Amino acid sequence: MGLFSFLKSKPKSSIPSKQADKGFLVFANTSEVIRAEKILKAQGFGIRVMGPPPEIRSGCDLVIEFQLIEALKIKKILTDARIPPLQIVPVKDPLLQPVDLFQVKDFGRHLMVRAANMKLTVDKENLVIANVSGGGCPDVPFLAQELVGKTLKQAANPLDIGHTLCGYALQLAFEEAKRRCSL
Amino acid sequence: MLAVIGTIPDNNFPLQAGLAKRQGEDLLIEGHKVKINRGTTALIAAAGEIDRLVSPKGVFCYLVGDIGRGEGSKKLYTYLQNHLKKTNFSTLVFHYILPDIDGHNRVLLAIEEIAKKPVLIADAGYMYAAKMSGQAPAYDLFTPDVGELAFLADEQAPHPFYTRGFILHEEKHVPDLIARSYAHENAARYLLVKGKIDYLANQQGIIAKIEEPCVEALEAIGGTGDTLTGMVGALVASGKEIVEAAILGARLNRLAGYLANPDPGTSVREIIKYIPEAWKQLTIDHF
Repeated sequence: MGLFSFLKSKPKSSIPSKQADKGFLVFANTSEVIRAEKILKAQGFGIRVMGPPPEIRSGCDLVIEFQLIEALKIKKILTDARIPPLQIVPVKDPLLQPVDLFQVKDFGRHLMVRAANMKLTVDKENLVIANVSGGGCPDVPFLAQELVGKTLKQAANPLDIGHTLCGYALQLAFEEAKRRCSL
Repeated sequence: MLAVIGTIPDNNFPLQAGLAKRQGEDLLIEGHKVKINRGTTALIAAAGEIDRLVSPKGVFCYLVGDIGRGEGSKKLYTYLQNHLKKTNFSTLVFHYILPDIDGHNRVLLAIEEIAKKPVLIADAGYMYAAKMSGQAPAYDLFTPDVGELAFLADEQAPHPFYTRGFILHEEKHVPDLIARSYAHENAARYLLVKGKIDYLANQQGIIAKIEEPCVEALEAIGGTGDTLTGMVGALVASGKEIVEAAILGARLNRLAGYLANPDPGTSVREIIKYIPEAWKQLTIDHF
């Protein structure tokens, strides 16, 4: 082993993730989280939306997990975008992870994809969104109204017009439906 | 009398408290017209059909416009906190509303001041708030689907979006999920789990399974859970015990779905049209 070999950085994936290196951003509402996520992802930050720890949970909420070292840069970007985070908090305990499992049901002509409590059904012949079901947050009937009858290509991303965790779950079902329909 | 609490997906819909009237494919509440579609309007329309057939008293509604930003829900929580204590509804059905622990707890405290406690039924966002606040046992009936049942069963999840992967939300695991929900005190007195098989359960276990007729397409149709909750709410408000109301409601919902001959793209409005026929067929059988 060479004298300075310990200075060689290991590949990122092999470094165990330390909670202390991470922080989370708290916002006024889920809509702001969704906007902030979009802005930060577009700028290449390695962020993740996660569930807040119990002490700051109010109901339907998300936080953004990020590398603490990037706190100042991120704060400036979001302040310029007029969505400054309410709080920046170091992560002490593991945050809750969004659902990442899908249930798929094939009805023959229709395909239904479920992510958590949200179901999206597509007509496989014309790729039209035939139905949206499940969910409990108030943007679900609104999202159904906006999506049903449109093709997977025409329809707006649920995340762009939704405001809640149900809207977020519907986005996951929407992406999975697109993936399965090879779009 | 039944009161339904929920939201309308239109930000311009003002907070309204009043009786719902049916006008073709619309509902009229205090002069405000809204199209019947999936969500709280489907629940009210289905409840209205049963109310008309059983004991016409009308369906009272507390509604507000909200497309998910939560402003409407916030107003509704405050309104309920101030007004519910003076009411004497026999049954309250809580539905689509932005889950908010503080708002939920304020409303629950107001309900405790009502002279005769109404039967409390919660579905959708309000059920999430009830579980999240640790107050699920204060409710008489929750009406989750399988995905929502997995959330009730996960003692750590504050919303179905965070249900942990090892809590398998598949139909075959429903009995285990029900047991787990009760073990962690995250279930109401009764659970009516909507799915391929509808399960009625309480802390002691499964009371009934309703399996016929089985119309697979119903799972994909937005609003079929809402119609079930609405019909059960109306049956309870008519004086039926929860067990009888839940079983009859589940059978009615399935039969109306069957009679509508739906595919996964059918609108819930088509199913609501068949509630009177389903009632006719089932009540001859039932009584």
